[in-house]
Amino acid sequence: MSSSLEQMYQQVILDHAKFPHGRGLVEPAAGHLAGESHQVNPTCGDEVTLRVDVERDGAAGTVVRGVSWDGQGCSISQASVSVMTELVTGRDLAEVRQLDATFHALMASRGKGLDDEAALDALGDGEAFTGVSQYPARIKCALLGWAALKDSLARSGALADSTGGSDD
Amino acid sequence: MTTADTVRPASADVLTASELAAVRADFPLLERTVRGGRPLVYLDSAATSQKPNVVLEAEVEFYEQRNAAVHRGAHQLAEEATEAFESARSAVAAFVGADDGEIVWAPGATAALNLVAYAFSNATAGRGGEAAERFRLAPGDEIVVTEAEHHANLVPWQELCARTGAVLRWFGVGDDGRIDLSHVDEVITDRTRIVAFGHVSNVTGAVGPVTELVAAAGRVGAYTVLDACQSVPHLPVDLHALGVDFAAFSAHKMLGPTGVGALYARRELLEAMPPVTTGGSMVEVVTMDATTYAPPPQRFEAGTQMVAQAVGMGVAAQWLEELGMSRVAQHERELAAELLRITEIPGVRLIGPTDTVDRLAVVSFVVDGVHAHDVSQVLDDQGVAVRTGHHCAQPLHRRFGVAATTRASASVYTTVEEIAAFREALAGVRAFFGAE
Repeated sequence: MSSSLEQMYQQVILDHAKFPHGRGLVEPAAGHLAGESHQVNPTCGDEVTLRVDVERDGAAGTVVRGVSWDGQGCSISQASVSVMTELVTGRDLAEVRQLDATFHALMASRGKGLDDEAALDALGDGEAFTGVSQYPARIKCALLGWAALKDSLARSGALADSTGGSDD
Repeated sequence: MTTADTVRPASADVLTASELAAVRADFPLLERTVRGGRPLVYLDSAATSQKPNVVLEAEVEFYEQRNAAVHRGAHQLAEEATEAFESARSAVAAFVGADDGEIVWAPGATAALNLVAYAFSNATAGRGGEAAERFRLAPGDEIVVTEAEHHANLVPWQELCARTGAVLRWFGVGDDGRIDLSHVDEVITDRTRIVAFGHVSNVTGAVGPVTELVAAAGRVGAYTVLDACQSVPHLPVDLHALGVDFAAFSAHKMLGPTGVGALYARRELLEAMPPVTTGGSMVEVVTMDATTYAPPPQRFEAGTQMVAQAVGMGVAAQWLEELGMSRVAQHERELAAELLRITEIPGVRLIGPTDTVDRLAVVSFVVDGVHAHDVSQVLDDQGVAVRTGHHCAQPLHRRFGVAATTRASASVYTTVEEIAAFREALAGVRAFFGAE
């Protein structure tokens, strides 16, 4: 196997794909905002249904309390949703937006990664996807879950007039 | 002619090693390396084939020496361009057992199939006068397809039904990947107006029951439409002998350029069909009030045509003809047997027929515990180019309970050694992902 293939399929990605976090849809807590999104990658048939549970809390802002999902797809798409679930749970909307922007920038880096060490550290296991960005056909696999997150947040109503700022 | 005859011609010498080497030397792309210097093993010919030098040169030669608008202008270049364009039509017609006047250029098979569907639609809207009445559809009429169709031979018929009130029906696919004809006379009935089906499945490689479907359609007076994309590049195909009314195929899958393909229709049908795309070059007399149309095939070739590509398609047809389609089929039969050996690899499960009878050198498969996308990525790392996904046949994948498969498909230039390299790479996939 070539080193670029091993860079893409890092052990952390294979582990997340095998034992994904957040799999299995969960009912949102009473009184919280909820949104659900179904995203499909039409070229390969990968799909994910993702649900967010968002709490509007005066002190802490608007916080993602839970992410749950169901889906099928390649190891990259499944691992990416799993990593994302871990990353954004417990974060407020501004932080989620920052993580989303960082992950998209990483995916656009063509395998080079990011210079911004602090932003990269914030991605946690997400950094392992650097190798994926060398393969243009696979980037959309890694972004499938993030697209579902963005859409489900919009559908939950959490993005409108929240202390986390409005979504562009 | 039976389907079996089309797959097993009476006698054909297998390509010798030196002949195959000469064939491969004609395809410059096959010499390149991929992914850090690995030799390319191109097993995605069902998606698109590579092109021999003669095709590439024919396009360049056309642009360098003959480029002009065809069928208009009296200058010498216009004459030569028209001659090249029409000679290509003759070559393509001869290649599939049709007459020159039965081949209409289209941008590809998808466009050709849509042309047929829209001709029925326009006739139903009253266009084409008395001659086109035979194509009018009414609510309750039925169009029959199969569950194995490529979307290009399914969605246009769904749309035609939506526009006309006709009802879409279909033959299912058996566990063996073959079209299930056990209730043929319940599916094809007096209400059936069109029966559209693939000659060869782009997923399973199975040769469809053309003879049986043509006969069943004939019994009720329905038109037959053959998607011949996956057969014309690989088998001797004689459309007159098959007895279909319409057929479509693309150049780019038969060693020709992209952007061009052919619609075949029996001449009397083309004569009666109303035009679909309208504009320049397809008319007789245009006034501000009304327009009369040119005879076919020009009636269906509005606007400036893809002349260089058509010339390339003609050369591709001649290249295959000279090698001999019986020999091409013979060579690919051997490749099909080699491809089927992937079932010897633990965890590999084939979608479709597992034998070499009435099937071409195309295999789609799943690997237990590893997604198709990941399978093809590991193969790609070894230089093996395969297709992953639903191959534009979602209903067939749904039929087998899978969202995606990996597909390996061969062509005349493929070697047994390449397929061995593919099998070796495939054998390492499950270990790479730690699949038990």
